Amino acid sequence: MNRLLGLISAPIALIFTLVVAAGALTLGGYDPGAAFGALVEGALGSPRALASVTLVRMVPLLLTGLAVALAFRAGLWNIGAEGQLYAGAAMAVWLGLNAGALPSWVALPGVLAGAALGGALWALIPALLRLRLGVGEVITTLLMNFVALNLAGWLVHGPLQESRGVFPQTDPIVEAARLPLLVSGTRLHGGLLLGLALAAVLFVVLRYSAIGFATRAVGASPQAAASAGRIASGRILLGVFLVSGAMAGLAGGVEITGVTFALYENLSPGHGYTAIAVALLAGLHPLAVVVTSFVFAVLEAGASAMQRSAGVPAAWVNGVQALVILSVLAVDQVLRRAWLGRRGEADG
Amino acid sequence: MDSLLLASFAEAAVRLGVPLALAALGETLSERTGVINIGLEGSIIAGALGGALGALAWGSAGPGIVAGAAAGLFVALIFAVFAIALNTDQIITGTAITLGGLGFTGVIYQAQFGTTGTALSLPTLEALPIPGLSAIPIVGPAFFAQAPTAYLAYALAPALWWLLYRTEWGLELRAAGEEPDAAAAAGVRVRTLRFITTLFAGALAGIAGAHLALAHTGTFSEGMSAGRGFIAIAVVVLGRWNPPLVLVAALFFGAASALQFFLQTLGWQIGYQLFLALPYVLTLAALAGWLGRARAPAALAQSWPRLHD
Repeated sequence: MNRLLGLISAPIALIFTLVVAAGALTLGGYDPGAAFGALVEGALGSPRALASVTLVRMVPLLLTGLAVALAFRAGLWNIGAEGQLYAGAAMAVWLGLNAGALPSWVALPGVLAGAALGGALWALIPALLRLRLGVGEVITTLLMNFVALNLAGWLVHGPLQESRGVFPQTDPIVEAARLPLLVSGTRLHGGLLLGLALAAVLFVVLRYSAIGFATRAVGASPQAAASAGRIASGRILLGVFLVSGAMAGLAGGVEITGVTFALYENLSPGHGYTAIAVALLAGLHPLAVVVTSFVFAVLEAGASAMQRSAGVPAAWVNGVQALVILSVLAVDQVLRRAWLGRRGEADG
Repeated sequence: MDSLLLASFAEAAVRLGVPLALAALGETLSERTGVINIGLEGSIIAGALGGALGALAWGSAGPGIVAGAAAGLFVALIFAVFAIALNTDQIITGTAITLGGLGFTGVIYQAQFGTTGTALSLPTLEALPIPGLSAIPIVGPAFFAQAPTAYLAYALAPALWWLLYRTEWGLELRAAGEEPDAAAAAGVRVRTLRFITTLFAGALAGIAGAHLALAHTGTFSEGMSAGRGFIAIAVVVLGRWNPPLVLVAALFFGAASALQFFLQTLGWQIGYQLFLALPYVLTLAALAGWLGRARAPAALAQSWPRLHD
């Protein structure tokens, strides 16, 4: 029944968001039609815009969105994807700078695996705090984000700063550790295929494997999973936490090996937080995350075009992201109550 | 160390700590009733914009502070309608409120003042030295020659402690955050209490934002809250949900950021980011129990009443 609600509520929420967003634009004295038109034109209007801007923007949202969706499915409130992304990026840069004369087929997978490991290690700390000491992961993952941001800042000002010593950024990683382009002449890199493959793998594992069943059971009710299904919820949660961190770390690794080739302070404009909206709008379904990460990428990629041609401030897009989350929450609650009311099970 | 330098460092530590203290003291109260509002950042940035617009409209900083409080309260009201009245998840709702607060304040600012990048010049909130106390060496100028909002923070810390631990209402607040079912059975109006403390926290976060715009910089810029809402949540934890300790923790975080400028004036270019990370690491250590027991209210972040499905 929750599945069904998830499927219905996302489109309703999206329509609701569009109506509210259009209303807000009209109130602000803008032409909503022109604004949406400019946004879509900017993000999808040419093959070049689609490949070089929108799809490139989609990749980190897809990977962090999957990370958040997996964690939330298991009932883990990992809001630390942002920090895990930075941990992965830092690891990728460090390895990518030192990959030296390694052939590409060793260097690139090695760097990406290192990024995943970095993200997983960053998630290990809140995981241990939760599982050993019972400290809730909400606050700890949030705190770890700020530790990661500041450490990344320290790295690019200090030990890993570029050899010229001018800007707070690292040197570029070696060519062999860079992701190949998917479409030559654009900036679209192989990270997209990696993200799509991971979405498919995650879907199959969650849906059809014993571990996937255990993960969903723990998310539904850890007590019931332990008593009725003899599921060791601690081990499942540890595994989910690490894999979630690894995917967010991979997002950082893909940004380094596919887009920037170097680490700097504002590498991520908050992908790890947008990922929460991405995962939520997808009803935490891995394949739906592919769609919602594309929707958010269109919003973000089209924002500057909208500002240029329709005069709507680009920050409006952040407002729309917030509206999406609130609409999903509200529609979900209303549908849930309607459902429970019909079954006469609403409690007080 | 040069005593002049020390005095300016102490003054900066307190000045940077005050907005954190205001936001964290409000958040302490709401977390005690079981509500964690990650949207505090949204209230702070709204307070900064509200403070700027209010100060411009009335031509002085005082009304700006009031407008900032109103803006922060309004944002917290949206959070409360969702997370308390509609029972949506507090964490996700708070994330949305932060995103929306940062987004819509940017839109309103650009719609009002354009994107030319010329900095807004606002009436500033002047320091109000307390006669006598401000003459004490180092401590005086640091603590008692600050903007009036600082004195609000000093006064709130003991007042909220007294409220929480010495009044019946405080007992009800804590009960709502520890055992909402039992509290409700004993006649405590859990939702009402959660609403009130959340709005109170929003108003204080709004004042914190207005303080940033009017007492620190005399201008508004997009995203100027710069993560202080999240820092305030860490401050609450480091202060163990106890108002006087929360004030101390806020000043500690303030000192860590003041050290950044201090080290830069001494010519240390590297390493200050480590000092910025240090308070978060200490907060994690506090949660892990390495700095004595720090336990969150048992029902923190849980919506109430819980619906079964």
